[in-house]
Amino acid sequence: MSLKEAEEQIRRLDEQLKNAGDEGVRKALLKEKNRLLKEAYGSLSSYDRVYLARKPTRPNVRNYIKNIFAEFYELHGDRLMRDDPAVIGGIASLDGIAVTVIGHCKGKTLDENVKCNFGMPNPEGYRKALRLMRQAEKFKRPIITFIDTPGAHPGIESEKHGQGEAIARNLMEMGSLAVPIIAIVIGEGGSGGALALSVADRIWMLENAVYSILSPEGFASILWKDASRTREAAELMKLTSYDLLEMGIIDKLFGEPKGGLDMNSRSIYQRIKNTLKIELELLSKLNRRALIEQRYKKYRRIGDCSPR
Amino acid sequence: MISLFKERRQKLTRFKSMQQKPDRPKASVPAGLYTHCPDCNQDFISEQVAANFFVCPGCGYHLRLTAHGRIKLIADKGSVRELNAGLTTRENLDFPGYSEKLAALEASTGLKEAVVTGVCTIEGHSAMIGVMDSRFMMGSMGSVVGEKITRAVEYATKRRLPVIIFTASGGARMQEGIVSLMQMAKTSNALARHSQAGLLYISCLTHPTTGGVTASFASLGDIIIAEPRALIGFAGPRVIEQTIRQKLPEGFQRSEFLLEHGFIDMIVERHKLKSTLGSLLRLHSPSARVKGGG
Repeated sequence: MSLKEAEEQIRRLDEQLKNAGDEGVRKALLKEKNRLLKEAYGSLSSYDRVYLARKPTRPNVRNYIKNIFAEFYELHGDRLMRDDPAVIGGIASLDGIAVTVIGHCKGKTLDENVKCNFGMPNPEGYRKALRLMRQAEKFKRPIITFIDTPGAHPGIESEKHGQGEAIARNLMEMGSLAVPIIAIVIGEGGSGGALALSVADRIWMLENAVYSILSPEGFASILWKDASRTREAAELMKLTSYDLLEMGIIDKLFGEPKGGLDMNSRSIYQRIKNTLKIELELLSKLNRRALIEQRYKKYRRIGDCSPR
Repeated sequence: MISLFKERRQKLTRFKSMQQKPDRPKASVPAGLYTHCPDCNQDFISEQVAANFFVCPGCGYHLRLTAHGRIKLIADKGSVRELNAGLTTRENLDFPGYSEKLAALEASTGLKEAVVTGVCTIEGHSAMIGVMDSRFMMGSMGSVVGEKITRAVEYATKRRLPVIIFTASGGARMQEGIVSLMQMAKTSNALARHSQAGLLYISCLTHPTTGGVTASFASLGDIIIAEPRALIGFAGPRVIEQTIRQKLPEGFQRSEFLLEHGFIDMIVERHKLKSTLGSLLRLHSPSARVKGGG
């Protein structure tokens, strides 16, 4: 049983519980609920984590910003064409330290999602991010990015406006920015659209976030021409925080409560905030050259090949 | 009256059969004697096509070149020294069917991976070149393609050489997963250093160039050249059609479209490519710099 199915059953049990008057029946229902909870959350499959990473009740970038930083002034626009609501960014205060914060913005309702295009940026979003990152470099502010996107938007306009160029430019420039960069994958880390905001000195992930070359649906349809093999794809893709930590792609993962994060999971913000403060202090001790060299090496070593 | 209709129908059928391209009995044509143009759907004598730089003599369509075929057209004869030719992947070889696929491709193409890199001269000017080969897993970028491009760019930075990369790729290689994705950052970072050293990078986009290659080194040239009518884009046309549920306009994501929208510098036909590259290299050589001024 997948987590999604289990949650559906638990929801039904909860309804029965509400209506159950008899103590014996209640006890039995509660017992069944606990058994289901244990079974569902005891060992999560990769596919379950994809489900959790995409859950609309999960905190989004605005929740993180609001709960981690005392102040946040959102800045808009790429100064070339328009403001892309799928990427938000601005200046924030991390206990008195000025930082630049940028992130993919997913909505919680359909309305919100239509506005921010489900967190799928157009080139303008990446160019806004780059503008804010250059600004951060000018004022020596560390950069913190929150990654949560199904991927860069595939569409006529986005191609016309250079989606590929916009992503490539960010990759190239982020590698040489002279301020610390920390990227945190909070939900979905989808493909180049995620990478374009996450070339960083440190990459962290929430336990149930995922980060992959493509969505499991896309992966299955490209490799097997069969989008229904999504679950199988998810298991093969090594997209969970545990997989990526083991592979050395990410540097740290933040544990989540059973059942994944929701709006009541307050402790995550404090843990991230504390870790950010410690890590930024360490990174700020490096001089410009050492910082950029370290970041270069971080990516340089990825990819194991050998002469034959 | 009825006979009139009959006559007309017969005429129509005859006309239709004339319009239809005759189905060539493929088996009776010796392999390699004819080359088929996928654009105008005609067959031409292979020798004639080769003499025409593998451009269709009928419609001007630029047929796909192998990496070594491309090098032969671009590099001065005998000037090529291939680098890192033996690199093969160790990433994710247990992915179902992956190592078998690599072995089969090596046998059929003679290539160990989807890119060939090396130093050469073009009209007498030294350059580092990288040439992708779409026969090898659609020219997809996994750890080896990323590593070879990165090594080539680093070598060029050290020896102060210009870099020219011919792209032909479906994007990042699925089988190697996140490692393939990270090659986009790795190659782009290497190019940043090459650029910061004041060196020239020319990106040559050939059919097809999409996905993670478009979203990394392909789009980062100081000068970006494309061959005519090449498909160049980030998202594949099929993915876009499925997303927006409408047919894409004619010519969408072709070289001419990118030129119009400002994402490439020029479209160069294949027979002019070598001389164009040679001239651009000459104009960027130290001897072409204005004297004085420090």
